Amino acid sequence: MIPVAFDYKRASSAEEAIALLAEYGDEAKLLAGGHSLLPLMKLRLAAPSVLIDVGRLTDLSYVRDAGDHLAIGALTRHRDVEISDLLQAQQPLLAAAAAEVGDNQVRHRGTIGGSVAHADPASDLPATLLALDATFVAKGPNGERAIPASQFFTGFLESALQPDELLTEIRVPKAPGSGFGFQKFNRRAQDWAIVGCAVTRSASGTGVALVNMGATPLRATAVEQALAGGASAADAAQLADQGTEPSADLNASAEYRRHLARVLVRRALEAAGA
Amino acid sequence: MKVTVEVNGTSQSHDVEPRTLLVHFLREHCGLTGTNIGCDTSSCGACTIHVNGESVKSCTMLAVQADGQQVTTIEGLAKGDELHPMQQAFHENHALQCGYCTPGMIMAACSLLDEIPNPTEQDVRLGLEGNLCRCTGYHNIVKAVLAAAEGAGK
Repeated sequence: MIPVAFDYKRASSAEEAIALLAEYGDEAKLLAGGHSLLPLMKLRLAAPSVLIDVGRLTDLSYVRDAGDHLAIGALTRHRDVEISDLLQAQQPLLAAAAAEVGDNQVRHRGTIGGSVAHADPASDLPATLLALDATFVAKGPNGERAIPASQFFTGFLESALQPDELLTEIRVPKAPGSGFGFQKFNRRAQDWAIVGCAVTRSASGTGVALVNMGATPLRATAVEQALAGGASAADAAQLADQGTEPSADLNASAEYRRHLARVLVRRALEAAGA
Repeated sequence: MKVTVEVNGTSQSHDVEPRTLLVHFLREHCGLTGTNIGCDTSSCGACTIHVNGESVKSCTMLAVQADGQQVTTIEGLAKGDELHPMQQAFHENHALQCGYCTPGMIMAACSLLDEIPNPTEQDVRLGLEGNLCRCTGYHNIVKAVLAAAEGAGK
């Protein structure tokens, strides 16, 4: 399978990428690791006329202690998130979730920023970052802005990123010693989750988010509220599908997805020590 | 556009369309047909090669993304008539049946041992989860990778 022909532009800096976006508008797509975009282009579900390759912006590949939070460059590969000592110590849920993305080969290419910008509700990291109350930093012609995860995912494969903006950084809170759980139900390693869930648990409360239970990654707010009110993990997990609108496809009916959400949330809460 | 890749230690320069996939660059422009195309959807791992020493699926990478990088394919492992230890281990442990997945399996396994030099059986099974064997010959594949790891540790 071969993508539709396109013009290829290689950006040598974030500024050049933003200038190229301004020049080509929404005809262009940014290419990072390519593990969300290229499969779509090969199936001809996406056919951008210009690809702007940001994959060589190595200065956007980092995991840093930024004082009151951790900063992760958008071009950081899943593999580097997975094995980051800093993340394993200070934000273990994110490292654990990155280790569940695709397989080794996929994690050697795919990037955290690419996954976030693609905004697939079935991907592991968008829901994980939603559970963590992450902040996404976007750069455009008018400068930089920070977008809370709760306002970022606006629809199926749609985000608050504007066509002229480049996602540059992901910020997550420090949570050393936090409990966490990540559950994913799928048939093969490289499949998207049929349903998944991410749980983070610290002194300030429990965050629970769902993978593939609607058009966007979703917070399981009913579960979080029940836990805050003193419910057991098993009882709270029974509310996991409240407010969700799971789709039906050849892998699962909507009702089966609701069942999976309740089971997986219970398992993730138990793993997190709730 | 001109794409130059160091393939198995040799510089390969070819004029290709930007949409050319790396696997097609290797097979059709470099004439290296050891890398197989299986599913063509980054599921099966048959097209696994190394880019800068790490396993990737060459059906899900553009040739232009490998411009200026180092690529190793299955053809680059043996030294003349001497098989690479992983190839030798696959041979000795009968880790191939039809052989279609074998080049990708071996490339993925070499990359895995670089990251986990002394893997457990579970490490190997998890580490090769991105490679499918249509003969379902996983048992001997895992045995071969463990044997290669043990051999390298001697």
